[in-house]
Amino acid sequence: MNFDQSDDRRMLAETLSRFLADRYDLKTRNAVAYTAPWHSPENWAQLAELGVLYALADADHGGFGGTGFDIMTVFQSLGAGLCPEPVLPALLAARLLSHTDADLEPLLTGALHYAVAIGELNADSLDDIDTTATDSKLTGRKSVVYGAHIAEKILVAARDGDTLSVYEIDAADARITPYGMIDGGGAAEVFLDATPARLLLADAGKALQDVLDAGALALSAEALGAMETTRDTLIDYLKQRQQFGRAIGSFQALQHRAVELVTEIEQARSIVILAASKMGDTDQSRTASMCKNLCGRAAVLVAEEAIQMSGGIAMTWEYPVSHFAKRLVMIDAQLGDTDYHLKRVMAGLQAV
Amino acid sequence: MDLRFTPEEDAFRAEVRTFLADHLSPETAAKVREGRELAKRDMEDWHAALNARGWLAPGWPESVGGINWSPVQKHIFDEEAARASAPRLVPFGLAMLGPVLMKFGTEAQKAYYLPRILDGTDWWCQGYSEPGAGSDLASLKTRAVRDGDDYVINGQKTWTTLGQHADWIFCLVRTKPDGKPQEGISFILVDMKSPGIEVRPIKLIEGGHEVNEVFFTDVRVPAGNMVGEENMGWTIAKYLLTHERTNIAGVGFSIQAFESLRHYARQPRRSGRRLIDDTLFAARLAQIEIDLEAMKITNLRMLADAARNGAPGPESSILKIKGTEIRQALNDLSRRALGPAAAPFPSEDIAGNVALVPPDQAANAAKYFNNRKISIFGGSNEIQKNILAKSMLGL
Repeated sequence: MNFDQSDDRRMLAETLSRFLADRYDLKTRNAVAYTAPWHSPENWAQLAELGVLYALADADHGGFGGTGFDIMTVFQSLGAGLCPEPVLPALLAARLLSHTDADLEPLLTGALHYAVAIGELNADSLDDIDTTATDSKLTGRKSVVYGAHIAEKILVAARDGDTLSVYEIDAADARITPYGMIDGGGAAEVFLDATPARLLLADAGKALQDVLDAGALALSAEALGAMETTRDTLIDYLKQRQQFGRAIGSFQALQHRAVELVTEIEQARSIVILAASKMGDTDQSRTASMCKNLCGRAAVLVAEEAIQMSGGIAMTWEYPVSHFAKRLVMIDAQLGDTDYHLKRVMAGLQAV
Repeated sequence: MDLRFTPEEDAFRAEVRTFLADHLSPETAAKVREGRELAKRDMEDWHAALNARGWLAPGWPESVGGINWSPVQKHIFDEEAARASAPRLVPFGLAMLGPVLMKFGTEAQKAYYLPRILDGTDWWCQGYSEPGAGSDLASLKTRAVRDGDDYVINGQKTWTTLGQHADWIFCLVRTKPDGKPQEGISFILVDMKSPGIEVRPIKLIEGGHEVNEVFFTDVRVPAGNMVGEENMGWTIAKYLLTHERTNIAGVGFSIQAFESLRHYARQPRRSGRRLIDDTLFAARLAQIEIDLEAMKITNLRMLADAARNGAPGPESSILKIKGTEIRQALNDLSRRALGPAAAPFPSEDIAGNVALVPPDQAANAAKYFNNRKISIFGGSNEIQKNILAKSMLGL
């Protein structure tokens, strides 16, 4: 058993963190994250050049990573830097395409933007998908599709009779309504009306679950990184902010709450490590759900407590904590919230 | 990063299981599982069995009879022992005084006391807390006054765990009444058979007897029983407390409690449904399961850090806080799982005549009440938070 990060991954994390610190000071980040297209094409190209996307696929599919720990490394750094670039859609697409013999090169170089469209309005799980595929034409509506605001290619989960399959469409063939998000970055509604599609993967339930597991891990790692930055900002503030003639960090009421945050962040780190280690294992789905549940709880706690303990300053647009807090809270809503994943863990306990 | 166990570690786990199957008395294990009080003999037998195998003192150097286990081996042993319902090893000699003597004791003290800890000749207890000195330990008042070759001790210790069985007690005593409280404390070893010592039981919330008050009236102790210099007891006390924090997460206990509760919750009820099929119950259990899975890794991470740095750092307070919260959550849910059948006082009569619940669940309410202690002892969770705020966060 060994908890040290490999040199390669440590270097990747350092490179990525430096890049984000350099390119995305808060003001620049917000300018990018809150103005269409809600990301920076120039920085996206740079990220790709750093090899970040290659870390999301394994060697068999043209990448140099693809393990749970690669995903953890990349997304923890992205979270710590509050990066608005649509790396998650690239991960989901790379993971999904890795179940086929498709060429990932255009994705990994950053040349082609992919989005993965699974979720639908008011649908709770894969079972509820009712986008249909008839004669390789898709009809339905995919909702809050991250990355679809800039994608050229969209991978769509759709039903052909009883079979859940994955199709590839050209974004240009669908009606796409892009929007910015409350926590920065962009997504879109994807309207399909007999949209021409190419069958990519038939009977794709297992592959889709694998993609969702990887996404849950990635979002959890992103939350971990964002929690760490929020913690550091908060602790600094507790040391600096003077009230009643002393630093507010000297008050026990705040000290204990700060310790509770740190405790939950360490628990989050542990479960991310666990889930990362189980990717590709029979235990993958269970631990990914455990991970998303715990990190979702911790992230909302850290967000709410950091705002409360910082006081009015963290209610302002100017202060970093407010933006980290928004991301931390909204991460829970992506790819299944704490309750959704808790139910999956419950099902495991209930299984005879 | 690699969380897999090596083939050697898997083999070690198998070895531990075999050992437990061969050497842990089923009667003792049943008592532990069912939350019944252990006799002194039960604990001594388990101690002796481990000593015979050379597995009693991980963390002690091999030169003095210890065994050099990796953090993972220690974790595996603790986990398997808890799963098999082995009794908790009484930590006062092995995990507390032993390391203190090795760091601060004279050669003569080490040569005399260490082997007697291992072979079970001396049962040790801890004389730290006093009625007026709990979290504020440095305010302790038990006085030791030098008189010729002896110290004369007067005062009172309390919460002395298993002091009713003890041959010796290590005490913090005040040797300098003025100045900074921390600078007038000494660490001294006292024979429990000394004239002037009186042990009175304290009956606990659930009715059990595991802690005591110890009164000292003109107790004469040879000056050679002091560990370290006079008035350096606080340094020793702090050193000991860092060791007390190891295994404080109690992950093994939580795993055992979780598995026991899950097993119970899977039994069919009158309706034909199982407790685990109840959505609210399952949600509560799943939540604890998730926190426990994370805790296992947190524990291993901090064990690995401790192994690297020689001793656990202040961040091990996280283990105490979260570990006890998880254990208490399990105790709470285990009690609730029984409904009104949790309420009768466990007794042989009920068990024999009108069994309400399986024997291993019968003491769930008692365990729940008894384990309210775990967030209080060893430095209350609030004290742990003070430690972390200061040493880890710099607040």
